Amino acid sequence: MIENIRLAFQGIWSHKMRSVLTMLGIIIGIAAIITIVSTIQGTNEQIKENLIGAGNNVVTVNLNQSGYSYDMSWNPIPSGVRTITEETRQELEQIDGVEKVSLYNSRNYVNMVYYLNAEYQGEIYGIDSNYLSVYGYQVKQGRGFTQRDYDQFRKVLLVDTNVVKNLFGGESPVGKNMEIQSEVFTIVGVVALSEEFAPTINSLSDYHMYANTSSGCIYMPITTWPTAYQFDEPQNVAIKVKDTDTMTQAGKAAADLLTDKQIQDPDNSEFDYRSQDMLEQAQKLQSMSKSTNTQLIWIASISLLVGGIGVMNIMLVSVTERTSEIGLKKAIGAKKKRILLQFLTESAVLTSLGGLIGVISGVILAQVISNIMQIPVSISGVAILVAVVFSTLIGVIFGMLPAYKAANLNPIEALRRD
Amino acid sequence: MAIVELTNICKDYQQGKEPVRVLKNVNLTVEKGEYLAIMGPSGSGKTTLMNIIGCLDVPTSGSYTLDGQDLRDLDDDAMADVRNKHLGFVFQSFHLMPRLNALDNVALPLLYGGVSLKERRERAAEALKAVGLEDRMDFFPNQLSGGQCQRVAIARAMVGKPDLLLADEPTGALDTKAGNQIMDIFRQLSNEGMTIIMITHEPGIAACADKTYHILDGELRTDGNLVKMGGGEDEED
Repeated sequence: MIENIRLAFQGIWSHKMRSVLTMLGIIIGIAAIITIVSTIQGTNEQIKENLIGAGNNVVTVNLNQSGYSYDMSWNPIPSGVRTITEETRQELEQIDGVEKVSLYNSRNYVNMVYYLNAEYQGEIYGIDSNYLSVYGYQVKQGRGFTQRDYDQFRKVLLVDTNVVKNLFGGESPVGKNMEIQSEVFTIVGVVALSEEFAPTINSLSDYHMYANTSSGCIYMPITTWPTAYQFDEPQNVAIKVKDTDTMTQAGKAAADLLTDKQIQDPDNSEFDYRSQDMLEQAQKLQSMSKSTNTQLIWIASISLLVGGIGVMNIMLVSVTERTSEIGLKKAIGAKKKRILLQFLTESAVLTSLGGLIGVISGVILAQVISNIMQIPVSISGVAILVAVVFSTLIGVIFGMLPAYKAANLNPIEALRRD
Repeated sequence: MAIVELTNICKDYQQGKEPVRVLKNVNLTVEKGEYLAIMGPSGSGKTTLMNIIGCLDVPTSGSYTLDGQDLRDLDDDAMADVRNKHLGFVFQSFHLMPRLNALDNVALPLLYGGVSLKERRERAAEALKAVGLEDRMDFFPNQLSGGQCQRVAIARAMVGKPDLLLADEPTGALDTKAGNQIMDIFRQLSNEGMTIIMITHEPGIAACADKTYHILDGELRTDGNLVKMGGGEDEED
């Protein structure tokens, strides 16, 4: 066997040009697959890292209408849906794995919100006293909301650092006034994530994903919400879980409980509550990028198939070329199996070498792409191993026919040809 | 004791629709230590006969016993084994592996016989020494003269210590001087007790053997030297 491998290398070396051309199909195929897999994995890890960053073990449970998130920005108060009571909130806190529950109202798209003449385009939240700690926000300037703010329906605001940057040009907004739906509110503090979570934005789609949060958030006490908007809006629920892994499970339990309690006649209503956690979203995004890339891998596999056929072709030529060699070997006592093995080894060595070169070029290509397009890559050892094994397998499969032909050559015929 | 015993060997080849009988009831007995030349013009069936004796081909009918072993009903691998253990081949065009040096070429049959690397090298070196090429072991075939190549081929044929050496026009591709050298080696091998069957169409070469049989139109005349075949007929082709 070692002898066969040595001979195979000798054969490849003595036909350098031909061997390289033969391997090209395999090299290109394997390189393409390695590059694709590396970028998929890199992107996926980044998605996960971006979505499940620090303090992101929060599940939100929202009201849905016929499967779509019910947005109060342009919808009336839904009929047959109750607002969530303090008792229900406490019940939610009893669910396994839940640490803290916050209720809040929100507008994702706002109008008639101004600072001086500048219109604000971000999000507005009406939050309870748990909200900041659930999401891991800290007051960086000024003060947070006090019990009095809640009790007396004070028109006070907290803003996040994006608002400070976008609307106030980086100056301290504390004490300044904003106009929301013709009501004047006073900013009392600035909040920011206690642990800095800065998503890496590498592409336009990433930008869209984070665009909402990056234009800023304004918060008011939930009790003040009806002053600017309306009474009896069903709240959203943010649930902080103890462990990231139980997010999905806890979210589903909370959604079921809310659907049951808040909606009249839940079996016939078009409304229900659904949970949305970052883990789930990350997985969705990952599977999306995976399915597009699976198609790419299939295309690359065609290159491998073509490469394999090329190898078969060259091996057939090689068998014809070495007919007299095969005949002599048989005459001096080489058995069929040995001839078969010799040619199988040769084609397997050829394709493995191609696979190896392909892996190396794929890794280099992935790094180059990573540098040029700013996409992270993660080169997986498993992918490399699979690629090399697979290319060897191609050699064995496509070497089968030529090797079989060689092994069954009639030695007389083979010796006659010179 | 007979090494080769052919009884009523016939060989048919299909040519178009009609089967053509290439060998007709050939009977041949070769005793141990004999040095035999078989002469015949091309198309006479001498190569077919050689292939059958060399276990490269099977007869259509008749029986062949090699060193007491009946070779009927042996499969391909068993035939390969017989060739490896009992026979040595020398061809007109040497058939050396171009990418192996002289030593490895000679050692090749031992590889197929399952001999260890160390022993293969030792025995191959010994065989090369016997044909006077001990200083050419590392040479590749393209670095050797025709005569030297044929001597390497003889060493390869002899390395497995066969019972029978088969030579198909061993001097056909060589000049007279190199050809004579090869004949000297054959003579020496014969003197050491090797059984040799040589096929040739050159009467001068056939004369080196102890005995010459003639084959014509598939019929072997074993009444030997007395048959007047005439060299002129041979030289026509």
